[in-house]
Amino acid sequence: MLNQKIILPIISFSVLLLIWELVTRFSGWSQQVFPSPLMVLISFQELIVNGELLKHAVASLFRVSIGFFLAVILGIPLGIILGRIKIVHLLLNALIQFLRPISPLAWIPLAMLWFGIGDVPAIFLIFLSSFFPMVVSTSVAVEAIKPTFFQVAANFNLSRYEILTKIVIPAITPQVITALRISITIAWLVVVAAEMIAVQSGLGYMILDSRNALRMDYVMVGMIAIGIIGLALDFIMQSLSQIESTAWGRFTK
Amino acid sequence: MSHIKIKNLQKSYIDRRRVSRSKTKDNSKASQGIAILNDINLEFEKGEVVCILGPSGCGKSTLLRMIAGFEKPSAGEVLVNNKPVTGPHADSIFVFQHSGLLPWMTVWENVELGLRHLEPVARKVAIQEHIDLVELTRFEHLYPYQLSGGMQRRAELARGIAVNPDTLIMDEPFSGLDFLTHMKIREEVVNMHELIKKTTLIVTHDIDDALIMGDKIIVLSGRPATVKLEKNLNFGRPRNLAENLELRELRDELFFMLGVSYAV
Repeated sequence: MLNQKIILPIISFSVLLLIWELVTRFSGWSQQVFPSPLMVLISFQELIVNGELLKHAVASLFRVSIGFFLAVILGIPLGIILGRIKIVHLLLNALIQFLRPISPLAWIPLAMLWFGIGDVPAIFLIFLSSFFPMVVSTSVAVEAIKPTFFQVAANFNLSRYEILTKIVIPAITPQVITALRISITIAWLVVVAAEMIAVQSGLGYMILDSRNALRMDYVMVGMIAIGIIGLALDFIMQSLSQIESTAWGRFTK
Repeated sequence: MSHIKIKNLQKSYIDRRRVSRSKTKDNSKASQGIAILNDINLEFEKGEVVCILGPSGCGKSTLLRMIAGFEKPSAGEVLVNNKPVTGPHADSIFVFQHSGLLPWMTVWENVELGLRHLEPVARKVAIQEHIDLVELTRFEHLYPYQLSGGMQRRAELARGIAVNPDTLIMDEPFSGLDFLTHMKIREEVVNMHELIKKTTLIVTHDIDDALIMGDKIIVLSGRPATVKLEKNLNFGRPRNLAENLELRELRDELFFMLGVSYAV
């Protein structure tokens, strides 16, 4: 079982590499247009050694961390309030549903105008991209809490504060972890796009800059780095659901 | 003075579709809604085990929920120790039909729920004592999903008894259990009652449960429910349904009253 978990992904990655290698050999495209896996590997090593890749990756991760963190610490409480207080739900829900489908990328012109060039507009866009999914998922999770649990709380005379800490927060934790996974992926998608426009560093900038220099091997290094980091971010978020006190969510319906 | 007194209790739910359809005029019918309980009058003594039978959907659970304070009567009132019930309270602990344990808490933390105001040392002793009482020793730190159905019922029972309530209110406490576990948990509820003598209200659809456990049997009619039978069972325990002729006659009577023939 464990072997399968390791071997099967290795097979799919190997097949991808093989197809890539075959296409570069037989498509007739030059290495400049479609670099081979080996060439990309060499460039990868080059960019690691000279520190460029690390520098850009750190810049991207920094923006994602700040933007995502702000979205989480503001989005979850707002989601809880929306889920618990009907009047606030009526007041804000339509507004949120109106703003939510506007792609964060549509905000780029305004973000640049308001915040200039640099980290702030990128962070703002990342914040927008994960804030709405966090709010909506959290409020849906709160509304889905079984009435029985609130009756138990009333039966044992729990205070409003205790209802929040002993009922609401633990009850929504499994769904919130799922929302974190989805949001971090969206945030990571958006950071690359934001960096192509608003800033002079980060993996998105590196890809754009390499394109301008016609270095498709560097472009592909950037893409691969984005994929690897995205995989790692999802893994971190997923491992939250392995924590014992949230494991019930996988077994209880 | 009786412990729990139910006076002219009525409950109806508003049918929203009918209300919206009828708009302004002819509101009288709509506002009456769907009648669930109709003029229920009952009295329960302290320490009694009361078993409530009735056809499914007749409002047995609704009656329990109003005694527990989860729902408000449409008319009439429920008095506990001569005071009207205004809302849920730790004096009347409700044991839910499908587990009322909080799934994100271990058995220990669930039992702690009603004991959280005690000093740490006393709290620890009390929690352990009640876990031991329901024979869940060594399972304290498991989560509900890691327990069998019977163990979950026992854990919920321990949590309820730990707050030393005046009344235990059980909504079909044996539903969903296999036959042997059903018998076992029923026996434990009876033994527990011998020990602590709390007023215990049990909704069940199992006639044998009522005959084995009840000091009093209530039969409700179909919706809107009225009290069809109120009978005291003056038999000691343990009771043997196979040997006790009176109980067997009563069983036939109850089957007949609930609209099924015992002998098929």
